[in-house]
Amino acid sequence: MVASLTRRFGDLDLAEESAAEAFATAVERWPADGEPPNPGAWLTTTANRKAIDRIRRENKRDAKHQDAQEVYDSQATEPLETPGAQSAIDDDRLRLIFTCAHPALAMETRVALTLRLVGGLTVAEIARAFLVQETAMGQRITRAKAKIKATRIPYRVPTSEDLPERVSGLLAVLFLVFNEGYLATGPHSDPLRHDLTGEAIRLTRLIRELLPDDGEVVGLLALMLLTEARRTARVSARGELVTLDEQDRGAWDAALVAEGLGLVRERLAAGVAPGRYQILAAINAVHTSARDVRDTDWSQVVALYDQLVRLDSSPVVTLNRAIAVAELDGPAVALATVDRLKPRLTGYHAYHATRADLLRRLGRSEQARAAYDRAIELAGNTAETAYLTRRRDQLP
Amino acid sequence: MQYLMSVIDDGTGPDTPTEEAAIDAFNERLRSLGHWVFAGGLGSPDPATVIDNRGGQAVITDGPFLESKEYLAGFWIIEAPDLDVALRLAAEGSSCCNRKVEVRPFL
Repeated sequence: MVASLTRRFGDLDLAEESAAEAFATAVERWPADGEPPNPGAWLTTTANRKAIDRIRRENKRDAKHQDAQEVYDSQATEPLETPGAQSAIDDDRLRLIFTCAHPALAMETRVALTLRLVGGLTVAEIARAFLVQETAMGQRITRAKAKIKATRIPYRVPTSEDLPERVSGLLAVLFLVFNEGYLATGPHSDPLRHDLTGEAIRLTRLIRELLPDDGEVVGLLALMLLTEARRTARVSARGELVTLDEQDRGAWDAALVAEGLGLVRERLAAGVAPGRYQILAAINAVHTSARDVRDTDWSQVVALYDQLVRLDSSPVVTLNRAIAVAELDGPAVALATVDRLKPRLTGYHAYHATRADLLRRLGRSEQARAAYDRAIELAGNTAETAYLTRRRDQLP
Repeated sequence: MQYLMSVIDDGTGPDTPTEEAAIDAFNERLRSLGHWVFAGGLGSPDPATVIDNRGGQAVITDGPFLESKEYLAGFWIIEAPDLDVALRLAAEGSSCCNRKVEVRPFL
């Protein structure tokens, strides 16, 4: 709804506020008057009316405003959110997400705006995901919206000339949104946020329809699907994170696995040098193809990580590679690599969790305990904290 | 909508004849595509003079108001429908004048 309103009125603030007002009116009136026959259409109509009221009330229809109005009105030809207008809504969302992920905005701002306006998260939730104060996040979002308006960042899908670069920036944003759903950062949200992973997958599918030949789009979609397939197996009944080796593989979503593997095969058949997301998807394909963790082809996983390191030599990639190396060459070899990452990853919970696990497997309980303590301190995710705590308490 | 494209000189490279030819060609393109409003190159900030007449008595100071290694070396004012177009033109401008370019919208 925010996307449609933005297209119609060309103003993110106005769109957001009007949508919020419409929901507030619904909460007031529906219990008394009964729910209208088509709640979605009712909300849209109400929000549109609120937006027009607001424009009139604020009496801001100066030259600049009219200017903007013309630009956006010329695009607003399809009816809003009527049955059968799903494709028009999808187009709106696509425009909105390209605006939110615009390269003139800082990366963190792009993710925040996408989560706020496309994902519908509250400012408080986003602030928690970024580990910043709510007021600071509010200001960042306000500043970004002001910049979009003042510099006239367009509300449309980029031209073919700009598209490849803009898409890679957009994929980075979608991957971050997905990751926040895959393992929520904060202690006050559900450990896995299906709303976010689902939204990221939906938007990536949209991008794929727009750019069917872009291998990285396919790669990212495959990566998300293969990861999402394991979702229900990733948290135990006691609310603890379940690591890949302990997951009930029968609980994986077979349809998502099949779709993801199909996409990975499609990319392999293309015979083009894979990018980052395609390699990550291939790594996940190796994992999801193994019926039992003991059947995992770890040499293949390490080989794929080697390929990834050549594209992206960041310490996080090296850390993940070390986890696979531990399976192939043993925890001592892996620990040596991990220890070298300390200066760059000392504030990252996964670094300490990985170290803790390797130390535990080497029987170095005291050091493992200290590493678990540090990991628990830094981990915000409740399921992960529960898992790490149990592991620590089970140390001899 | 009009944008100011400021050319930022960080003192790393002198003007060369090829640069000037490239700028001329770019200016011609701006004109033929209808983006051109105005452009100009500026001399070094060293001989600048600052006047402050806010108190009724003009106070004259020798030198630029901002001492910095980076300074404004020139500018374009362009007409563009949105930031995407402005950024594309700024990328061209930066490449032909071999300097960083800042893009800002006019009010």
